[in-house]
Amino acid sequence: MTDMPLKPAQQSRLRIFLDSDIFYMFKKSPVAILSTIVVAILVLSAVFAPLIAPTNPFDPASLNLMNGFTGPMTPNAFTGDSFLLGTDDQGRDVFSTILYGMRVSLFVGVAAVLFAMVLGITLGLISGYVGGWTETIIMRTADVQLTFPSILVAMLIFGVAKGFTPVEYRDQMAIWVLILAIGLSDWVQFARVVRGATLVEKRKEYVEAARLIGRTPFAIMLRHILPNVLSPVLVIATISLALAIIAEATLSFLGVGAPATQPSLGTLIRIGQGFLFSGEWWILLFPAVTLLVLALSVNLLGDWLRDALNPRLR
Amino acid sequence: MSDTVLSIRELSVEIPTHTGIVKPVDGVSYDICAGEILGIVGESGAGKSMAGNAVIGLLSPPAHIAAGEIWLNGSRIDALEGEDMRRLRGKQIGMVFQDPLTSLNPLLSIGDQLTETMLTHLDISRGEADRRAIAALEEVGIPGAAERIDSYPHEFSGGMRQRVVIALALCAEPSLIIADEPTTALDVSVQAQIIALLKRLCRDRGTAVMLITHDMGVIAEAADRVGVMYAGRLVELGAVRDVLTAPQHPYTHGLMASTPLASQGKARLHQIEGAMPRLNKVPEGCPFHPRCAYARDKCRVAPGPKIADGRTACWFPLVAEKAS
Amino acid sequence: MLAYIIRRIVQSALVLLVVGLTAFSMFRFVGDPIDNMLGQERTAADIERLREQLGLDQSFPVQYFKFLQEAAQGNFGMSYRQGRPVAEILMERAPATLELAAVSGALAIIFGIAFGVFTAIRRNGFLANFIMSASLVGVSLPTFLIGILLIYIFSVELGWLPSFGRGDTVQIGGWSTGLLTATGLKALILPSITLGLYQMTLIMRLVRSEMLEVLRQDYIRFARARGLHDRAINFRHALKNTMVPVITVIGLQLGAIIAFAIITETVFQWPGVGLLFINAVQFVDIPVMAAYLMLISVMFVGINLIVDILYFFIDPRLRVDRAGGH
Repeated sequence: MTDMPLKPAQQSRLRIFLDSDIFYMFKKSPVAILSTIVVAILVLSAVFAPLIAPTNPFDPASLNLMNGFTGPMTPNAFTGDSFLLGTDDQGRDVFSTILYGMRVSLFVGVAAVLFAMVLGITLGLISGYVGGWTETIIMRTADVQLTFPSILVAMLIFGVAKGFTPVEYRDQMAIWVLILAIGLSDWVQFARVVRGATLVEKRKEYVEAARLIGRTPFAIMLRHILPNVLSPVLVIATISLALAIIAEATLSFLGVGAPATQPSLGTLIRIGQGFLFSGEWWILLFPAVTLLVLALSVNLLGDWLRDALNPRLR
Repeated sequence: MSDTVLSIRELSVEIPTHTGIVKPVDGVSYDICAGEILGIVGESGAGKSMAGNAVIGLLSPPAHIAAGEIWLNGSRIDALEGEDMRRLRGKQIGMVFQDPLTSLNPLLSIGDQLTETMLTHLDISRGEADRRAIAALEEVGIPGAAERIDSYPHEFSGGMRQRVVIALALCAEPSLIIADEPTTALDVSVQAQIIALLKRLCRDRGTAVMLITHDMGVIAEAADRVGVMYAGRLVELGAVRDVLTAPQHPYTHGLMASTPLASQGKARLHQIEGAMPRLNKVPEGCPFHPRCAYARDKCRVAPGPKIADGRTACWFPLVAEKAS
Repeated sequence: MLAYIIRRIVQSALVLLVVGLTAFSMFRFVGDPIDNMLGQERTAADIERLREQLGLDQSFPVQYFKFLQEAAQGNFGMSYRQGRPVAEILMERAPATLELAAVSGALAIIFGIAFGVFTAIRRNGFLANFIMSASLVGVSLPTFLIGILLIYIFSVELGWLPSFGRGDTVQIGGWSTGLLTATGLKALILPSITLGLYQMTLIMRLVRSEMLEVLRQDYIRFARARGLHDRAINFRHALKNTMVPVITVIGLQLGAIIAFAIITETVFQWPGVGLLFINAVQFVDIPVMAAYLMLISVMFVGINLIVDILYFFIDPRLRVDRAGGH
């Protein structure tokens, strides 16, 4: 077997990346490497949850109520079935529920951040480019919103959006409402960075030149602004992802997030808390540890990215 | 000039870095007598401030004194640490920094900053300290000192603030003042006033002054003697008049020729070719030899002679240069 | 100074107007208030009467103005879920939240500043490094997990402290306090640690980084060069300058504590406004949500205003007109 030769273009791209400062710094940082590996494992196992999970915890046919409250690694007294991380009250395999729960958590987190990013970049561009009243309204709204903790904003949006949803669709829509709520609570930072970059670019000469030759400067500016804001946006997005995952878990834990029919890690912790006093600790502990590891490693990765890409960004 | 206040012998300061040890001060020796102003001149990075910081014990780690001795009023101070060194600072050694805008604490009134310094070092009452604070401000020429004692730094102009800084440095009557670029951050119009003030106060009190600057004009104006530093070493030391009119080290010569003051009348200012080496790349032998027009083989291998024996650390001092 | 404060008050009022508009829009547009209030058995006449009564037949600005008028008098309508005036419910619940927030805030500020200063001064010490590493985990730890962990250790395993509720309370005027009974104080311990811990970590990290920045400043070097005692340099010169930026954040954090109380109150079933709010969100009890939003904004805005005024006492540079004349 011979190695597939890389095409020249690919090869040079790869080379450029491998030679870059950022990759050098990455190799130097055990924390960054470790958290990348952990994040990668978690994301992959969430994506391929249906393939990895021993059971589908949401398929009633595969559940046996007799298996309820089986401890981790100990055979069930009635059925003799054994589960890696035990089962919950309904006999669902905790390991499988965690994999599926992480799927929901990550999906909501990533989608919310993407939503916040698109919204923030758009509003930031508009307010920086158009200026005037539009800018005032957008940025004032951002200021007022920043006065409140984003989790509170998310809860309010969740409540209001729930109010708009017909009762019979509420559980089904909960995930999307959650994404909307977390995304809307988190766009401000993106908007601020992009607006700042837009204001800087707007003053540059090429914009004036474009105007003089009768071109609309906006399209040209976009090509200059986006590369400039790429690294701060990436940093904010990574840190926001950790925050969004925690926000989602918090909302779900409080019972205003993912429903029990489609549980996220937060919902699992909420369910598990009920069994804390009766001694079934595993139903709570494993989802909690998973959430912690996920949030911590994304956070560490974000911290490292911030220091590596742009030490000036707070 | 008999009573020596400060005596530095073969002082070396080292900074360990990951690429090796850097020596911002390398075997420097000089004395300062009571009432004398010694100017230390050199480009930035020549180690002149480092030497001052070493004397007052404010080298920021990992920089440290690696060799040599510092004597103040007959006692050795280079090994003092912690509380012993602190008692010396302000009380025996005063310091004036470059930027008066940032050397004063913005949140404390200048009266508070003066009295706290005096109360730390002198055994006087609060009321006495208040009285002396006003006197100190009057002495440095702040108009309406009694009314302005409770003002905050931002209420003063740059020149006035430097006067306050000088009052602060002198308020506990130290025998040595280290003035690190005291006029660099000021408007040209106030520079001369500040220099004159420093000169008058120190002469009146018999305070020794180490005046660190890169400005030959300031040296000519204020100093009695001058030491020239290059790449961490003292390359020439002598009376201001001698050094300025008849520099013996080729570097000093080049420096003089590149200063408007000394090259009056000449059509163009001279430029020394090249740049001062970075401290981790100081060449063998005399550090100036790669840029020196007079360098010979000996200069490339042997560092210059000890300055204590003569006026300059050059193997081949310029002698008849005056004629040219 | 007066002009500055007036400007800040006007700004605060504007923020409140915007929040009021949001709260009113929630009232007006989320679900149909009439549906919510009348239930299934209703006649066209009932609807008409209620419409008039609620002023729903009037124009939007008029309705908004009326809403503000009512809100200013503390009238937020009836809770859909409990059928009682919202203001009454809030008044009943407020003491629990305020006591919890006050204790947590005090813990966060005192320990946050103390640890921050300590880790800045002993930058390379073992203990300081340990505290810093621990705080990194603390920042990533969601509040509710901290609460559950504390319950597990101190209630389930050790059985020392209660895991839910406020304990016994004493009624003083309209205020029910848990601070005067032994069970009340015991019940306060775990929730206030849970609520205060995150804010403490934030304050600590901020104090540390600001203080390290200040310790690098020239005026600190100059203070050293004047031979001042370390204590005077650290606490008189450095700490005061550190506090200038920190105070804004502390103000924001105090506001955040009231909002984050929602989570802690849920974990510990603490009968405060936060628990009330989360129940309101679950059941889409719009009047309660709107009233909570208004209440919390008034607190936030008030705290921010106080912080701004505090600056004048700390930073002389802001007291420009004091020097007068020039």
